[in-house]
Amino acid sequence: MSEALLSLHYHVSPDDFQTAGEASSDVKNKLKKMGFPPEIVRKVAISMYEGEINMVIHAYGGEITVDIGMDEVRAVLKDKGPGIQDIGKAMEAGYSTASEKVRSMGFGAGMGLPNMKKYSDEMKIDTEIGVGTTVTLVVRLA
Amino acid sequence: MDKFFHSVFLEEENCTGCYNCIKKCPTQAIRVREGKARVISEFCIDCGECVRACQQHAKSSRRHKLKRDLVGRYEYMVALPSQVLCSQFNHLDDVNILLTALKLMGFDDVMEVGSAAEILSEETKKYIAGHQGLWPVINTACPTVLRLIRVRFPSLIDHLLPFHIPAETAARIARRRAMEKTGLPSEKIGIVYISPCPSKVSYVHAPLVMDKSEIDMVLGVKDIYRIILPYLEEAQKQVEDLRTSGFVGMEWGRSGGEAVGLDEESYIAVDGIRSVIKILEDLEDEKIERVQFVELNACDGGCVGGVLNIENPFVARAKLLKMAKGLPRTKREELLPYRPEDIYWEKKLQYEPVFQLGHSFVESMVMMKQAEELKGRFPGLDCGCCGAPSCQAMAEDVIRGITTENACIHILKDRLHTLSKYASEFANNWDADVSNTEEYQNYIETTKQYINKMSRDIEELDNTIGVKKRVRKDGEEHDGKGTSGEEDL
Repeated sequence: MSEALLSLHYHVSPDDFQTAGEASSDVKNKLKKMGFPPEIVRKVAISMYEGEINMVIHAYGGEITVDIGMDEVRAVLKDKGPGIQDIGKAMEAGYSTASEKVRSMGFGAGMGLPNMKKYSDEMKIDTEIGVGTTVTLVVRLA
Repeated sequence: MDKFFHSVFLEEENCTGCYNCIKKCPTQAIRVREGKARVISEFCIDCGECVRACQQHAKSSRRHKLKRDLVGRYEYMVALPSQVLCSQFNHLDDVNILLTALKLMGFDDVMEVGSAAEILSEETKKYIAGHQGLWPVINTACPTVLRLIRVRFPSLIDHLLPFHIPAETAARIARRRAMEKTGLPSEKIGIVYISPCPSKVSYVHAPLVMDKSEIDMVLGVKDIYRIILPYLEEAQKQVEDLRTSGFVGMEWGRSGGEAVGLDEESYIAVDGIRSVIKILEDLEDEKIERVQFVELNACDGGCVGGVLNIENPFVARAKLLKMAKGLPRTKREELLPYRPEDIYWEKKLQYEPVFQLGHSFVESMVMMKQAEELKGRFPGLDCGCCGAPSCQAMAEDVIRGITTENACIHILKDRLHTLSKYASEFANNWDADVSNTEEYQNYIETTKQYINKMSRDIEELDNTIGVKKRVRKDGEEHDGKGTSGEEDL
C-alpha cells in the first residue's frame, strides 16, 4: 500500500442508531471534495456504513481509522465487542444474530458482511471471541 | 448563459452582514465578506432558504418585470399559471374564475401547468415500469433538487426521471397550440409562466437539460397577485370554462401529490431541503430498499411553500386540496397530442464537482490534508464570525486562498492575549532606574513596537468581524424591504 496522505479518526458510540453513519457520511463528503470518482466514493460509503452500523448493533461501538492514499482508501474498524462466532455463516446473505429489538428497528437484515465484501476490493476480519473484532476494508482506485 | 447562473441575489444596500443566512444555507454557499453576505454562484442551488432567513430582506431573486418585459412585445400571449396560484386567494372556489381573470388581464390564452403535469404522471408511470434497474426513480419537477444532485450526488444522476418540469412541457404544448390557432410565427408568441419559486427562473434562463426553454418569461406569484385581484371580481360576472387540469395535475402543487397520479404504493415523498439532502445521502448509500419512486421537493410542503408565494404554505395546501376535490381525475385529453420532445430532456445532467478543493486529484488531496490540519487549530464552535458557516468551511476557504486564518476571531484573540502577555511581562521586568540612557531608549522602542503590533491586530479584528453600518445613499428613502426583486434578467 502507498503512504496515506490523510488519516481520519472517528469514534462510534454504542447503541446510538441516530448517529450511526456519521463517520461514513463524513468520509464520503471528504472524498467528494478530494475529487475521488463517484463510483469509488459510493463503494467506500456503502461498505464503511455497513461496518459502522455493525459496530453499533453487535459491538459496543468502537474506533474507525480511515487512511486515504493516492491509490486506495483503507478503513480499519476496531471494536471490543463479543467477536464473530462463525465468520462463514456471518458472510451468508440473510444470516443475522441481531436481537429482536434491533430487527424491529429495521436493522439486522443479515446483509452487513456480504455488502462490505461486495463493495470493497479487499476485506480482512480479525476476530476473537470475547475480545473484539477488527475489520479492514480496502477500496482501490485502479 | 452561465451554467452557474442563479436567480437568488444579494441586495447589498440592505445587507447588514449578520450571520443568519450563512448558517441557513444548505450548501454553505454564502460568506460574509467585507460586511456583506455574498453568494458563491457555483454552490448556490436556488433553494430560497436565505430569502426566508434574511430579516433585512436583502436576499431577493431575479425575474421579469410585467410591464417592462411584456406589454407590446408579443402579438399573442399565453399564461401558464402554476398549480399553486389558485391556492393563494381567499374565497376562490372555482379555478375557472382565476383563469378568466388572467385573460381579462390581457393574456390571450391560459393553460394550467397542472394539465402538463398529468401527461408527465402518465409518462412517469410508464418510465418506472420500464426501468426497473434504475429504481428508485427520482422525480425532477423541482429544479433545486436537480441542481443539488448536479453538484453533490453524482451517483444518483442515473436515477433521475429524465423529464422536463411540468411548466416546460406546458410551454411546449402551449406554443404549438398558439401557433396552430393563430398562424403566427413562434417569436410573436409569448409564453409566460407564473412561478412559486426562483428556482424555476434559473431552470428557464440557465437550462441544464435542454438547449433553450420554450418559456419566454417567468413571473413570481407575488408579482402578479395584486394586479390580478381586481380582475377576479370582474371574472365572476362571466366565467369562461378554461380548465385543462383535473385533480391529478392540481395535486402536484404539494408534497406527495406527484405520487398521487402514479397509483403507486411504494414511494417516498420528502419535502424541505434539509430532509431532501438526508434522503439523498441515504439513497446514495443504498440504505433505502424496495422503493420504486422518490418524490423530492426542496420547499417545505412542496411548491405551496415556494418563496414567491403569498399565502401560508399550510393554508395554501388546504385550499389546494379542497379545490382538487370534486374535479375529474384528469383532463389531459383536452390538450393537443403531445410529443416526446415535450417531455424528455434533450441532454443528460452533467455532474459539476464544484466542491472539489483543487484542480486535480493530487492537488485536492493535498489541500484536504492541509484543511484538516488547519481545522484542528480552529475552536470548532462554528460561530460564523469569520464569515464562513463552519470551521470546516473556513479551513477550506483558507486553503483555497479566499481568506486567511486570522479571519478567525478566536485565533486572533489568542494572538492578542499572547502579545499582551509578552508586553506586560516585558514592562513588569523592567527595573532599571536610569533615564536617557541607551538602554532606556531601547525599552521605549520595544514597548512602542508591542503597542503598534497590538493595534494592528485589533484593526484586523475590526476588518474580520466587519459588521458595517448600513450605508444609505444620500437623501434616498429606504424602507428596508428591498428594491422590488425585479432585477433585470
